Order: sequence, then structure tokens, then C-alpha cells
Amino acid sequence: MLQGEGIRRGEEVSLSSLEVEPPAPAVEPRARIVSSRAVTAKSSPPLLTLLALPLATSIALAIHFLVSKSEPPPETHSYTLFLCGVLAAGIVMTLMQIWWPGLRRWMRDMCPIFAAAVLLMSVWEIITSGLRLLPLPYFPSPAGVLQSLVNDRALLFDSTWHSLILLLSGYALGVLSGLISGICIGWFSPARYWGMPVLKVIGPIPATAWIPLAMVVSPSAVFSAAALIALAVWFPVTMLTASGISNTRASYLDVARTLGAGPAYLIFRVAIPAAIPSIFIGLFMGLGASFLTLVVAETVGVKSGLGWYVSWAQGWAEYGKVFAALIIMAAFFSTIMTVLFKVRDRVLVWQKGMIKW
Amino acid sequence: MAAAEASSLRVREVRKSFPAPDNPLTRRLALDAVSVSLAAGELVSLVGPSGCGKSTLLRLIAGLDLPDSGELLIGSEPINAPSAERGLVFQDPNLFPWLTVRRNIQAGLVARGVLHENRHEVDEFMRLVGLEGFANAYPHHLSGGMAQRVALARALINHPRVLLLDEPLGALDAFTRMRMQDEVLRLWQARRTTMLLVTHDIDEAIYMSDRIVIMTQRPGRIERTIRIELDRPRDRSSSDFLRLRGEILELLHFAGSALADSKN
Repeated sequence: MLQGEGIRRGEEVSLSSLEVEPPAPAVEPRARIVSSRAVTAKSSPPLLTLLALPLATSIALAIHFLVSKSEPPPETHSYTLFLCGVLAAGIVMTLMQIWWPGLRRWMRDMCPIFAAAVLLMSVWEIITSGLRLLPLPYFPSPAGVLQSLVNDRALLFDSTWHSLILLLSGYALGVLSGLISGICIGWFSPARYWGMPVLKVIGPIPATAWIPLAMVVSPSAVFSAAALIALAVWFPVTMLTASGISNTRASYLDVARTLGAGPAYLIFRVAIPAAIPSIFIGLFMGLGASFLTLVVAETVGVKSGLGWYVSWAQGWAEYGKVFAALIIMAAFFSTIMTVLFKVRDRVLVWQKGMIKW
Repeated sequence: MAAAEASSLRVREVRKSFPAPDNPLTRRLALDAVSVSLAAGELVSLVGPSGCGKSTLLRLIAGLDLPDSGELLIGSEPINAPSAERGLVFQDPNLFPWLTVRRNIQAGLVARGVLHENRHEVDEFMRLVGLEGFANAYPHHLSGGMAQRVALARALINHPRVLLLDEPLGALDAFTRMRMQDEVLRLWQARRTTMLLVTHDIDEAIYMSDRIVIMTQRPGRIERTIRIELDRPRDRSSSDFLRLRGEILELLHFAGSALADSKN
């Protein structure tokens, strides 16, 4: 199913001959015209790849209709609609890619993944609603989860909004203080002498361990949560910034000084740019730590946000809502991660072809 | 005359030692009473076995390190810190990888805060080293020869009184190297900057310089200075060229007898 760009003709034939779908050979004559070296943007991907999503969705729909007979219809209504939507989108995309090469390239990459995701949901449905292998109410079917998500959308949206505000304010504060302390520790040796021990002793304590203390000291739970997230972010950002700055190649600094550079140029135009790759590693590590701290802080103290929502729903034994919140969290966190990746790709354009992480 | 005098370089009785790598409590002498002077506009090569302190001497002249004793003068001013008046080009071009070719070349102007009034020179220098088409390329796209040309332009845009070249062509292949030698000579003849070139390559030294200073190893001392009287452009295969080459090789062998002894 997974057909990457590097796959060769021979393998493709043997792969499609293994499948029972008859359309696969139909694509052969067209594909053969394209020389094997030019198998990049213009050649059309195998039909099987293009149709993977509609096929998988059809299978999922069939399973859904078989399995959900025992469920009350209102509980499964949105899932049926959802699958139909995916099916329609898949068919529309398959038609549109004929005139739109950009979409075709994207589909070649992504269709197998989406198809696998849809099939995975079917497996989940078979295990839960179908065979009832997992105990209820802890493991609802995908239809139940989707229904909870739709029913509680207002509160979920509100929780996501609160989480976003808290996360961003804490992260921004942590990054800002981390960059400042990291640059000072990395560049000035007195700052390094006094700062490094503090960093080494305080830094490794998980930010969540401060929660009991933070609750007592701070005026409000939200404020203390933001401070804890900032602390969680501050440590990796400081560490990686300091190491990036102090590992600036000495020859860059030498060259800059023979070009007439003063201290400001050396710090802001040589050391910091040279440390940017390392700083980004710190930003990514800090982001991971901030997610963790956010959810824990919301679970134990703050009365809003996705972490709070999960523990609240669990208190009412509404596990559909728990799963719904987890899905929102996955989408929320991975979106923020993706944004940071995009920022890095933009900032580190000069490194293109050199970084592999 | 005063201007010419200002770009002369005098090194008098300079000593420099470093902590010994095997025993940090003792110091090893890298340069021992080295004296050398360059007249304004002169191109002098520094040759010698590796580890003889050529690069150390260059760093002292650049002001990146300070000598234990002795005197370094540019014109009549002592050298005690790096300055844009003494440009330095290393074997590794050391271009800032986060800056485009254009921004690398103008780095010196930005560092001195004079970019605004000298912006026109950036284009001039890119033309001078033949890189007009690569203004917005990043260093990792450049070949070794192109990168070294950018490094030369970056050093020259400050109009240094002295240009220090630390094996600038050492990492290039033989053909690029010969082309770049002509390039450096062309820049030198156009601008008449005083140049001190450290090299391992005797042919390069004979081909390019007015004088060749031969150093001995550990501690570094000046062994001998040879004036090259051949007319430019020099023919690398002429009998005079080859005779000089033979003489210097002989001298270096003699100068490097300690090395030969240690091998036996």
C-alpha cells in the first residue's frame, strides 16, 4: 500500500499483481511512457494509491453499518455522516488531481496514511461496538467519541481556547527568559560561573514538582500555571542557547574581529546566528515540556482548559468525552509543533540540506 | 609617501609561547625573536615546515593574540588589538553560513557601521571577484574557489592597510589554485595592498611574492629571506623559476634537518 517515490517499476508490478483489484494493470501503459528517471512530479501515481482513501472509507462504512445495528441510531449518526464526508472528499480529490498536479503529488504522499487511519478506526469499531472486547464505559466506539465531540463542542472549544492562551503566555515567557539567561551564560564568563550551578541544580527538577509550592505562593492558579510552564521551558532553552553560544566557532569570531566588529556585532550578528540551530533544539524540547506541564497544571489546579476537561469528564465517567478531548489535544499540540517546524525551516533556510532532524 | 609609510609592517624581536600540550605547567616557545618587515605594497611569502609558527605570527600581526615580548608596528602605530586595517583570510574561507554572499561581503561595513555611505562598494567588490550572479546564494552553495573569493572580497572591502593570508589557497585543487593565484595577484596589483602570505607551496611563493621569508621549526625563527627578481607574469616552467625552486628546496631541506634527523 505504501508506495514511495523511490519505488521501482518491477516492485510496483509485483505489488499490484498481489492485489485483487483489477484497475491496477490499467494504469500500466500510461506509467510505462514515463522514463524511470523522470518519476517525479509529472508521472501519475498508481491508481491504487489514488483510490486508497475512498476504498478504505467504503470498507469502514460497510463495517460501520454491520456493527452499529446494535447501537441506538442517534449515537452513531455523526460517525456515518463523517465517513460519508471523507468518502465524498476522497472521490472529489481523486477526480480533481487529474487537472491539478500539486494535489496529485500531495495525494501520492498522504493517501496511504489517511487510508490507514480510516482502517484503524474500523478496527477500533470492530473491537469496541462489534466484538465488545473492551469494557464499557471506558472504551467507547469511534462513533460514540465523535458524538461526544459534536455534543460538547462549545465547552471543548472554550477549553482549547483557554489552554492555548495559557500555553502561549507560559511558553513566550519561558522562551524570552531562557534566551536572555542562555545568551548571558553562554557569552559572559561571570554569568557562566554563577549561572551554571543554578541551572544544573534547579533545571532538572520537573516543573510539575513545584506545583504544591506554586499553589501556596501565587495569587491565582492560572498565574502559577503560566509560571510553571515558563519554568519548564526556561531550562532547555537556557541550556541549549548557552551551549550554542559558547560553541560558536572561534574562527567566526576571529574573522569578525579582523573585520572591525565590536562586542555588539560579535554577540548579535555572530554568536547568536551561529547558535540558532542549537536554540531551536531547545525550543522544541521546551515545547514538549510545556505540553506536559500545561496538562498537569490544568488537571490539578486550573479550572479550565483541556487538561481540566479530561479530568472533569472522567469524574462523570464520560469516557467518550475523555477520548474526544484527547483527539483535540493531539490535533492542538501537533499543530503547534508543526508551526514551530515551519518557523525553523524559514529561519534556518541557510542550512537547507545540512539539517536532518 | 606618508600614506605608503602607513601601510608598512614591522615585526621586531617577537617572542610568543604557549602552554605545552603534554604538560600545561610548562610553556613551549612558538616564536623566538622573530623580526621581519614589509615595505608598503610589498607581497611577501612566509614558508617553512608545519608547526614553525607561521600562523602564530599571522595571528599576532592581526592582533588576535599578543606577543610575550617584542614589538609589532603598522606604520608607526603598535598593534595591540584586531582591527579592520589588517584583514585576515584563512585556509577555510570561514564565511558566515547564515549570510548570503552579498551580506558576507558587506559584513565588514556593517560591523564598522559604515554600510550606508559605502553601499555602492559592495557591488564593486562582487564584480572585482567575479561573483555578481551569486549575490543571494548562501555559502553552502559555493565551490571552494568561489567561497575563497568571497572571503577575499570580504577582507578587501575594508580597504585594509595589510592583508594577511593564511594558506588561503591550501584547500583548493591544483587548477583552481593556479587560477586563484592569478586572481590574488590581480587584486594586489590593482590595489597595492601590503600582503603577507603564509603558504606550504614553494611554487606559489615563487610565483607570487616579491620576497620569500623562510622559517625554521620549533621554536620558529627566520632562517633566510630571498628576494625574487623575476618579472611578472612569471613563467612557472622557466629555467630561472626552476633554479630558484631548487635553491629553496635545498634551503628548506637544510632548514628542516632536525626533521630529517628525527626520521633516521
